[in-house]
Amino acid sequence: MATHFLGDTAVLTGRTMRHVTRSLDTIITTTITPIAMMLLFVYVFGGAIDTGTVSYVDYMLPGILLITIASGISYTAFRLFTDMQGGIFERFQSMPIARSGVLWAHVLTSLAANVISLVFVVGVALLMGFRSGAGVPAWLAVAGILILFTLALTWIAVIPGLTAKSVDGASAFSYPLIFLPFVSSAFVPTGTMPGPVRAFAEHQPVTSIVNTIRDLFTQQPVGTDIWTALAWCGGILIVAYVLANIAYRRRIS
Amino acid sequence: MIVLIARTAEWAGRRASVGSVDEANLPRADLTLTLRQPSMLAVMSIPPTMHEIQGPVIHVQGLEKSYKGLRVLRGVDLEVARGSIFALLGSNGAGKTTVVKILSTLLKADTGTARVNGFDVATQAADVRESISLTGQFAAVDDILSGRENLVLVARLRHLKDPGAIADDLLRRFALTGAGTRRVATYSGGMRRRLDIAMSLIGSPPVIFLDEPTAGLDPQARIEVWQAVRKLTAGGTTVLLTTQHLDEAEQLADRIAILHQGRIVVDGTVSELKQLLPPAKVEYVERQPSLEDVFLAVVGAAGEEDRDGDVTRSNEDRKTTSNEQ
Repeated sequence: MATHFLGDTAVLTGRTMRHVTRSLDTIITTTITPIAMMLLFVYVFGGAIDTGTVSYVDYMLPGILLITIASGISYTAFRLFTDMQGGIFERFQSMPIARSGVLWAHVLTSLAANVISLVFVVGVALLMGFRSGAGVPAWLAVAGILILFTLALTWIAVIPGLTAKSVDGASAFSYPLIFLPFVSSAFVPTGTMPGPVRAFAEHQPVTSIVNTIRDLFTQQPVGTDIWTALAWCGGILIVAYVLANIAYRRRIS
Repeated sequence: MIVLIARTAEWAGRRASVGSVDEANLPRADLTLTLRQPSMLAVMSIPPTMHEIQGPVIHVQGLEKSYKGLRVLRGVDLEVARGSIFALLGSNGAGKTTVVKILSTLLKADTGTARVNGFDVATQAADVRESISLTGQFAAVDDILSGRENLVLVARLRHLKDPGAIADDLLRRFALTGAGTRRVATYSGGMRRRLDIAMSLIGSPPVIFLDEPTAGLDPQARIEVWQAVRKLTAGGTTVLLTTQHLDEAEQLADRIAILHQGRIVVDGTVSELKQLLPPAKVEYVERQPSLEDVFLAVVGAAGEEDRDGDVTRSNEDRKTTSNEQ
């Protein structure tokens, strides 16, 4: 079976990608929340937030990108859940294919769909005055971190996709993830927050990821934040991957 | 387990024979059928017909499965001859879907063995999957893809050459050519099921499982599906289908097994099953009993609880049956 893994995964990914390209509204609804937030923060709240020499749109774009991913992966859970509800998942499982290809197809599709959303949001940010002097290596580093973050959140999304009892349950898990950037350095410097909130904000994954991306965009040295960010992403990815596979095995045995 | 042998001379001069049955599932003899032939309510298995000489393509023995303490299957035994249509008949919750899921490697049995096309479902799952196709209870089609794309998808996953030609051929055979490029979401229930069955045919697996293939379909669509199922066996494919519709089993199946409370309580051809309830007195009953009569007699009234205690007694009542030979 292993010999078919790549081919089967490619065929199945082609299928789930069609689900994305034939319902582009899912991309629009994924990006509409982050774009609305970006407009709100830049043109309403932003004037009151002191971010030093960095323009506010430049300052908050990294956080917006993370929110885009968090809202994008709820569709991954939704698509997986829909497959489980219909008979198609069981059909695939009863066929002589590499069984894990079914999950990987959803994961790769999630990655592709989120990349499309991210490009769209960055495009809007450019229209709103976002500018970065970052070179190709810095952009690649940003892309790498965002892809790693997307993979980590996607494997989290696989868990409710496999185990949820209802559509609402399958997608509701993403709300806290969307909320997390608000209690981080994404929109306001953490220095303005009261003690306990500040402590939480500075030690949760989003802050290190946001700081890293922001430093890369503004051509600042990234310091140790990048290692903290990579450790968070890698750790979440591994834990979520293991849990998702346990949920998957329960589901198919 | 007890073994009952029915004396058959009294009814239609026909020989029925041994059935091995667990007492827990014997039907009560005091249904409306009592008037006709209480003594013949013995649960029995009728001997296999000629095409089983080649050996069964599906062989199930002592299959048990529980979900959280609920015993869904309590020792299922059945054999399906190659090239036949075998109907597993039972009411909701009888365990039909569980049997199909175990046979198609989606579930593991607690105990018992099952072999499909010579392969053990537990230890040779990959070989079993090469031998089967499953059409689940809900049409296993992708709504967002077109009918043709669904067929191409399955052909690709079965690693076949020229998936496009396979898809076009099946669209034609199942009268879906005109709708081939439309999204499946726009299909009627009957079209979806036809596509579903067409997808199961790809790669010509020797065994096809159809779990309630006509559930939720209107009468016309049911007939379309029946025609599609009949076509399958023309090419030597074995079909195991589940249904709760007695007429469906009667229409399609070469052999029928009635699954009730986790066990096969009767197993035979339609005519053999009908012979289980012949009129006791010719002047009494003019019409032949329908399969529905047989079913209700064998499984008892719907929704009744397990009645192990009663069954032993009703079994005693049935002592009129005796060993032949």
